[in-house]
Amino acid sequence: MFAYYLELALRSLKRNKALTALMVLAIALGIGASMTTLTVLHVLSGDPLPGRSSLLYAPQLDPRDMGDYQPQAEPPDQVTWIDGTNLLQAQRADRQALMTGGSVAIQPTQSAFDPFYETARYTTADFFPMFGVPFQYGHAWGAAEDATSAAVVVISSKLNEKLFGGRDSSGRLLRLEGHALRIIGVLGDWRPNPHFYDLNVKNYGEDEGVYLPLSTSQDLHLKHLGGADCWGNGGDDATHTAPCVWLQFWVQLDTPAKAAAYHQFLVHYSQEQKTLGRFLRAPNVRLRNLMQWLDYEQVVPGDVRLQSWLALGFLLVCLVNTVGLMLAKFLRRSAELGVRRALGASRRALFSQLLVESGVIGLVGGLGGLMLAYLGLWLVRRQPADYAPLVHLDGAMLLLTIVLAVGASLLAGVLPAWRACHIAPALQLKSN
Amino acid sequence: MDIRPILSTLHRHKITAWLLILEIALTCGIVCNAVFLINQRLQRMDIPSGIAEHNLLQIKFAYVGDQTDAYAQAQTDLATLQQIAGVQAVALVNQLPLSGHAMSNSGIKLRPHQRQASLEVASYYGQNLLTTLGVRLISGRDFQPDELIDLKSVLPALHGGELKDLPHTVIVAQAVAVRLWPDQSALGKTIYFGNDIPMQVVGVSAPLARPNMLQMGAQNSIVFPIRLTAAEGGSYVIRTNPRDREQVLKSALAALKRLDPNRVVLEQRTYDELRQDHFQDDRAMAGILVGVIAALLLVTALGIAGLASFWVGQRRRTIGVRRALGATRANILHYFQTENFVLATIGITLGMLLAYGINLFLMLHYELPRLPAIYFPMGAITLWVIGQLAVLGPALRAGAVPPVVATRSV
Repeated sequence: MFAYYLELALRSLKRNKALTALMVLAIALGIGASMTTLTVLHVLSGDPLPGRSSLLYAPQLDPRDMGDYQPQAEPPDQVTWIDGTNLLQAQRADRQALMTGGSVAIQPTQSAFDPFYETARYTTADFFPMFGVPFQYGHAWGAAEDATSAAVVVISSKLNEKLFGGRDSSGRLLRLEGHALRIIGVLGDWRPNPHFYDLNVKNYGEDEGVYLPLSTSQDLHLKHLGGADCWGNGGDDATHTAPCVWLQFWVQLDTPAKAAAYHQFLVHYSQEQKTLGRFLRAPNVRLRNLMQWLDYEQVVPGDVRLQSWLALGFLLVCLVNTVGLMLAKFLRRSAELGVRRALGASRRALFSQLLVESGVIGLVGGLGGLMLAYLGLWLVRRQPADYAPLVHLDGAMLLLTIVLAVGASLLAGVLPAWRACHIAPALQLKSN
Repeated sequence: MDIRPILSTLHRHKITAWLLILEIALTCGIVCNAVFLINQRLQRMDIPSGIAEHNLLQIKFAYVGDQTDAYAQAQTDLATLQQIAGVQAVALVNQLPLSGHAMSNSGIKLRPHQRQASLEVASYYGQNLLTTLGVRLISGRDFQPDELIDLKSVLPALHGGELKDLPHTVIVAQAVAVRLWPDQSALGKTIYFGNDIPMQVVGVSAPLARPNMLQMGAQNSIVFPIRLTAAEGGSYVIRTNPRDREQVLKSALAALKRLDPNRVVLEQRTYDELRQDHFQDDRAMAGILVGVIAALLLVTALGIAGLASFWVGQRRRTIGVRRALGATRANILHYFQTENFVLATIGITLGMLLAYGINLFLMLHYELPRLPAIYFPMGAITLWVIGQLAVLGPALRAGAVPPVVATRSV
């Protein structure tokens, strides 16, 4: 029966080519536009560490003075050196890492290369197991290297490619800001997006090329990169004593109970610091997990969200357009449908016949929309935004495109089909 | 023309008519807001920087290793740059208007012990800043050479609260002066920074845009008499004739590299390129919005045309009868035009309400201002015109139906 309806549908569609083309075009445009923007949204609001993100938390404290004090204000996003090292040493979480961004000059030993700058991450050892960072060669450093400010470094696979042609470089020396550091590991494929652990540097795009112990970076006076928020007499400064927040602190808490306990610990710590006179404000702490953190930081650009609304509006207009055209088309075939009813076709049969026809339009429109989405995403990738190179259509979005297109046009076909098969057959026959 | 017969016909095609009205309303609502968004972007991109944009070049370096003699190096660099043919002035500044990255912002307080800052401003500093950038002084004076203090002594003084090593004077941009002292002269007034560090206003400059966060007051900037070095993040800014920019940039880079080969060029561009970069997202967004508006209007026009040709096809017999009873081609043409006008008007009315609703949503979530009233009549006229153009083809075909059709069955 389905094959017969399909044949009828194709025949009917062929009869009025211009109108069919119009409906297909409308669906294709609507689907193409919304899939383009939804893909961008999907990529940008994705989970950077699936399976792990619910265990990772970004604790926030409020060490500021009473200037600009507003009750209920959010605490700063980063921590001071003193609080960071205190929380790190307290070891109250399953894992914890204190880190900050940096920028270092790499001086390749090959004379053909000019020195160049590479973004760096100065962090404590738990960074690697906590975020599940994969290694291609070698390994990460441990607590011992942190404690002794060892001259060790881990590099990204991209930097390894650039400097050593992709060969196992662990054990070799890397000249960095005039210091020689031993490479102990090369990362595997590691590019979490958004760049959740430090949104001060860049929300999307390239990750760091060089990772070294935070203690080592401080001993070598390496340059800090990223935001520093200061109060009182603090300049834009990243020193150990300045009243400035400039480090990121992340913890892993394996159960909700541990998270609750850690929250309690943070309140207690703030209270203690207030008693000591270091904190002036009442305890004001937050403990957001990774996805809540991204949401709070509004990491998805406002423009992208706006574009998604725009595209959905556009899809709605295209669907209304298609409903109108289908209604006109089906009602115009009243005579033909009347004959089929009079010959014994049930309403149900008529209804499914017409729905098959809308489904065919949807499928063709969806394929067109898919091509438009590919074109749209190609255009997005040519945009200057730093997230642009990440935007690709994955399998799930591909499937969603087709499902959305067929679903939308079936939906658009329901009303016209329902109206059309409620035509009284006798009336139609008589008017002929 | 009597519109009663039109209304009664439309009454028989209620659903189709309402769908068309809905489509026009949605299009109207979206297009009004999209045009408004474009306008907002264009306005943003038009913000005056206040500096001699087409005359300026920026060169920024990073240094490998510690720079112990950075201040001596900076003076040598500036003197060398000044010698290059075509160079009118050179400066070493911490940041530039509309450069996107703010290195430095300050809160201004009007009284000591004031809890909250009265105004958040972008702070500029550097050597020879106003002259090179071409920022005019409206009143007061520029900094004297002996007022300039090195950044390396300012930072420790700031932490220690040591007033001796901090600047005592400041030049404020006009917007700041007007905001803080609406009815008085700003000259001679004292303002406070951080934990009550006093500074006296010695000059008021013409507008000077901030590097970013334009929503905090695009022209709220101040200038401190602080000297810094390229190793501390400063950029060399060269003023030249727009014609010579390429040549001067090349010679300047070569000269600076010759002085110290151990530096890495981070930035080398004209100010025009800097401005272009700063607004590239806005430009891209405006482009997308133009595309969406065009596509929406096209789809709506095609929808109207498609539906109209259906109605014409469906009513061929009726048209034939009317023609046989003496209706002229023009009568038939006007009938369809009026019908479209009626539908469009209902759609536009609903569309205005929708446009207002969407604008409220945008105001709530995207900090957009209220939609100016002028957008409503403009939107209405656009959709009326599009509706009439779209219906013209089918209506002309309807007018061409010969009266003899009335005598045929089907």
